[in-house]
Amino acid sequence: MTTLNLKTGHIDLSHGAGGRAMAQLIEQIFARELHNDYLAQGDDGARLPSAHGKLVMATDAHVVSPLFFPGGDIGCLAVHGTINDVAMMGATPLYLAASFILEEGFPFADLTRIVASMAAASREAGVPVVTGDTKVVERGKADGVFIATTGVGVLRDGVDCSGRNACPGDAVLISGPIGDHGMAIMSVRENLSFDSPIVSDTAALHGLTSALLDAMPEVHVLRDPTRGGVAATLNEITRQSRVGIVLDETAIPVRPAVAAACELLGLDPLNIANEGRLIAICPAHLAGTALAALRAHPLGRDAALIGRVEQDARCFVQMVTRFGGRRMIDWLSGDALPRIC
Amino acid sequence: MKYIDDFRDGALARGLASAIAAEVQPGREYRLMEFCGGHTHAISRYGIADLLPPSIRLIHGPGCPVCVLPIGRIDQAIRLALDRGAILCTYADTLRVPASGKLTLQKAKAQGADVRMIYSTADALAIARAQPGREVVFLAIGFETTTPPTAVAVIQAAAEGLKNFSVLCNHVLTPAAMHAILNVAQGVRLDGFIGPAHVSTVIGSAPYEPFPRDYGKPVVIAGFEPLDVMRAIQMLIRQINEGRAEVENEFTRAVTRAGNRKAQVLVERVFELRDAFEWRGLGTVPHSALRLRDEYARFDAERKFAVSYVAVPDHKACECAAILRGEKRPEECKIFATACTPETPIGSCMVSSEGACAAHYSYGRFRSAA
Repeated sequence: MTTLNLKTGHIDLSHGAGGRAMAQLIEQIFARELHNDYLAQGDDGARLPSAHGKLVMATDAHVVSPLFFPGGDIGCLAVHGTINDVAMMGATPLYLAASFILEEGFPFADLTRIVASMAAASREAGVPVVTGDTKVVERGKADGVFIATTGVGVLRDGVDCSGRNACPGDAVLISGPIGDHGMAIMSVRENLSFDSPIVSDTAALHGLTSALLDAMPEVHVLRDPTRGGVAATLNEITRQSRVGIVLDETAIPVRPAVAAACELLGLDPLNIANEGRLIAICPAHLAGTALAALRAHPLGRDAALIGRVEQDARCFVQMVTRFGGRRMIDWLSGDALPRIC
Repeated sequence: MKYIDDFRDGALARGLASAIAAEVQPGREYRLMEFCGGHTHAISRYGIADLLPPSIRLIHGPGCPVCVLPIGRIDQAIRLALDRGAILCTYADTLRVPASGKLTLQKAKAQGADVRMIYSTADALAIARAQPGREVVFLAIGFETTTPPTAVAVIQAAAEGLKNFSVLCNHVLTPAAMHAILNVAQGVRLDGFIGPAHVSTVIGSAPYEPFPRDYGKPVVIAGFEPLDVMRAIQMLIRQINEGRAEVENEFTRAVTRAGNRKAQVLVERVFELRDAFEWRGLGTVPHSALRLRDEYARFDAERKFAVSYVAVPDHKACECAAILRGEKRPEECKIFATACTPETPIGSCMVSSEGACAAHYSYGRFRSAA
């Protein structure tokens, strides 16, 4: 079999046609980077050992633009995003599946970089990509590369984390500063430069959830506030649990560069995506324990108690502002569009 | 964030709040209009109303660029994009303003119109340069703050000889709208205005002098930070209590009496007054908007494409007009938060976060909802 020119070559339609070119692509990029025993079986699916406990499954499609951003790229993001969805169920993620949709003309060099980043993220997380698929579409029908990943995990015993479980009186915690990922992307797109660049927080959070659940399995809700940010996630939770939430603005951690970039673009950090943060909701008397467990982990060093759950049949999320007034934190209408004046 | 956080200090706000509470006279109601959407946004976002005594009523004014844009103006833009195949560039909020036939620019985009969201007029020029074979129309909206950048773009396009760039001009004038409110609004008692922040950096404070002189209404120009707004309210209360009516300037760090002469010269060079312009809520207001001078007619999309303006009545149940005049509050509109929400706006006040309805819906409706 000939060797792909990984430095200057490009994806063409033959790489999706099921012939020799496709086998080359799979072997010389995907299998080489992602190799593990399950993938090496070389069949249409992976045979996996039996798992003990209830299974959890989650899937996530990744279409980020730009593909490479400060702090990460679409490859590691696709691993982290799905691992986090499994972890937020209170489960231990075990395996990933990945599907790639590649656009004709996409450089092998970029693809190799993305798959290598994916492999590194998967190795670091200890969650192998056990099966996968690639498709190639004509130029203009995709934006470089789209990656869909699916994760399987096993639920921890004695844990019941769900958006339905928030109770009046519960404490609301965040594991670190908000808005890093969304503003890292936005600052590249809008060409904003800062003395200290904004770096995406993309990270696999199953180590952090595991540390938290070891310390206190009574956690009621775990969620990663990705698209729509903390505002959307909390509104989902209040609606699922039929409760209200009141935040304290002074307690919410936001990095100065993120706050400044949001100010400049007329955006609210509460609406901005995160890829390495979690929201935990737990009984108030255990808030101290939860906070200590989060802060003891490198990914939760800056964790903070940011609010409480209240009785509210309207399911509103409200915030006591730094200024001393109150306001609602609503879902975003449409995209986060900057204001005019 | 230094120099911004200073103007959002909670401890200072509490001090100012108790000073204001001590200064309001018992039994007296103070009805103050914040003209600008930027102030409406700040008031809602920081919960300023919670810090004020109930005798101070803040009335949201019409200073929200997309709110005052009548349906027929968006229709023109949609026609240019859909029927003439122009690349239509505009600022973000404009994308969701409801137009005729249940369309918005965003929906027109989904139907194949080439609509681009831009941050600056320079982006529109760059698109025009990159696509010489396509017509690029900049849908220009806004008060005096956004007018100078449009002037710069037109001058630049003229200097470069760009033939495929034009402006659909909807720039409007703040003092004309304030006159209209004082003349048109029925049953609205106003005791004073919180004057615009960014607009005043351009036009200065002098253009507001007729309001105290001719109408006896005090004006205090205020910055957009929450402490600016609180301080301006205190200055207005003092004027009212003392029976004074003057133009005062709280925003001295950015506003002078003469304003930004350089910007004014650019605007005068490119634009001239329209005889009249239709505003949503205020009706047809004489000398209240700008159009391109004859010298720049080739950059005027209305003349270049001969798209005439056709007035379209607002939705029957929509109270945007009365809300923009300060006659009604958002929650007094029957369709507020029922048929009309930020996801499905029926009136323009529900579109921009500076609009009275959207601001109340997104930030304040916990106060009124049962």
